[in-house]
Amino acid sequence: MKRNIIYLLLALLLAVSPAFLNAYWVDVLNNVGMYALLALSLNLILGHAGLFHMGHAAFYAVGAYTTAILNTSFDIPVLWTMPLAGLIAGLFALMVARPIIHLRGDYLLIVTIGFVEIVRIALINNVFGITGGANGIFGIDRPYLFGFKIRKPHEFFYLIWGFMAVTVFLFHRLENSRFGRALNFLREDDVAAEGSGINTTYYKLIAFVIGAVWAGMVGTIYAAKMTIIAPESFNFWESVVMFMIVILGGAGSIRGVILGAFLVIGLPEIFRGMGTISDLINSLFSSFGVTLSLDFSNFSKARMLIFGAAMVIMMIFRNAGLLPPLPRKYPLKKIREEMRIREEVRIREEMKIGEEMP
Amino acid sequence: MELFFQQLTNGLAVGGIYALIALGYTMVYGVLKLINFAHGDLFTIGAYLGLTLLSTLGLTDHLGPFGVVIALAVMVMGLVAVVGIILERIAYRPLRESHRLSAVVSALGASIFFQNAVMLIYGARYRVYPHDILPRVVIPIFGLNVPLLRILILLTSIVMMAALYFFIQKTRTGTAIRAVAIDQGAAKLMGINVNAVIMIVFLIGPALGGAAGLMVGLYYGQINFTMGWIYGLKAFTAAILGGIGNIPGAMLGGLLLGVIEAMGAAYISIAWKDAIAFVVLILILIVRPTGLLGERVAEKV
Repeated sequence: MKRNIIYLLLALLLAVSPAFLNAYWVDVLNNVGMYALLALSLNLILGHAGLFHMGHAAFYAVGAYTTAILNTSFDIPVLWTMPLAGLIAGLFALMVARPIIHLRGDYLLIVTIGFVEIVRIALINNVFGITGGANGIFGIDRPYLFGFKIRKPHEFFYLIWGFMAVTVFLFHRLENSRFGRALNFLREDDVAAEGSGINTTYYKLIAFVIGAVWAGMVGTIYAAKMTIIAPESFNFWESVVMFMIVILGGAGSIRGVILGAFLVIGLPEIFRGMGTISDLINSLFSSFGVTLSLDFSNFSKARMLIFGAAMVIMMIFRNAGLLPPLPRKYPLKKIREEMRIREEVRIREEMKIGEEMP
Repeated sequence: MELFFQQLTNGLAVGGIYALIALGYTMVYGVLKLINFAHGDLFTIGAYLGLTLLSTLGLTDHLGPFGVVIALAVMVMGLVAVVGIILERIAYRPLRESHRLSAVVSALGASIFFQNAVMLIYGARYRVYPHDILPRVVIPIFGLNVPLLRILILLTSIVMMAALYFFIQKTRTGTAIRAVAIDQGAAKLMGINVNAVIMIVFLIGPALGGAAGLMVGLYYGQINFTMGWIYGLKAFTAAILGGIGNIPGAMLGGLLLGVIEAMGAAYISIAWKDAIAFVVLILILIVRPTGLLGERVAEKV
């Protein structure tokens, strides 16, 4: 309960934050939101089903290119292409994941890296003559929502974080459903899961497809936000960043993933803005005759170095991430009720046996 | 036909480089059952260290062209081996008893760390190796003009692989490595120092990777901080192709992949060159995950 109040307050704070921030910082928040959405969709595959998937940028790319092609060649309004972008990304995921779904852990990781590279090379080589080659596609329209044109970062903020609210709600429902429990079971022990009658291939594929559908839809938002897309935006490092957000934040935990996105995307921006502060410290010390050459703005350059080291340290000391998922709750009342009914049935059976005895 | 043989020799030279890197993957996989994702970056470190040593030590003033390369190779291999041992000590040893995938994430983290460390130290742009270290001559073989460098690379990698094969098969330490690869627990009970064996593996693998980095620098003349992961991925493909955990398999897989790639680039499309290796990787994992020579690790996939 207390936790829910904190989340509500944080959400409210976020909702009013564009009023106090300039366009640059709102755009940072937008980027955080986009990556959080992507990482949430990856979380379903990586966190819940435990499938080491590092090719998520490929699905993201399929979604973004679907929107770009439909919008520039067929003049379909951007937001209308969103379901289709998701659908095509999902179909693509189904197609590529089906033959490799049985691969375990690190092998799956390598193959998905291979896929993301093949997709990127295919986009560069202008496959089917519709992807625009290395230059990509430009001139994508801005989205209209209820006749209102979304253009400024402040406007995109509400589109992205609105979509985030829907996503969090749906994914929260999903992880507490029978489906979510099945995914967690096969993550912990897929042989046992199979033995208990869970069709593991089916569930793994569904996790892949749902994750891909979501990544595809985020691709639509990306295409609309940038109005220009190119293959380099969907390279292997994008997948690495998403992977990192999930692992550092807490695999299988929605709040952890969102925190991860703030850390991995937001934190370097904060340090970039702190060059003046480090200059101030330097000049302060130099007035006492001590020469320092601090430069906090360098942090954004070294961010991957630091996050890479953080991944190693995290695995050694806290391998569930910063905010690991809370243990599942099983309401005691319901369990007691269930046990009472069973007990009654047992007593009745025993009595029946007693009556039948001569 | 000329194109075919040129691509064949080129493919064999590049394949030799892949094979050297693949040996590092396959040896580590053999003893730890871990894909050492940072291995490709150790290769990059080798290439950059070679460049630094070349430009700071002034070896060319004292030694002949081949002396320079040999001295350079020895130093690079030694330094990269040290990096490899430190990597194992810090990133992998604490995780040896934990879940297998934790170690994979740790390896990925180490890879990202190394790659960015190289970028921060040397800059993000391509760096150029000096052109005049080895004489740029071509040698006519059966009417074909083959660059000397290409032959040297192929010969060196074959010599290194043969030495490694001899070491693994014929020496006491090599026997210990094979024993640990088969069953770590049993090897420990037989009095084999498993930690020492793992350290030796992390000494040999990165040393070979570093040598490969130096070769790429000499062969192509330019190096970049991101090249490690693409070479690493291809070398890993080579290791899988030959059967991971299998040392002759890695050699065969490397040479084969180099030739496949060179032929694909010549006869299919140069633009799709990088994709060919990945297609091979995916096909192998789908059709025959144990690779060409592998049999032992069927259940690992």
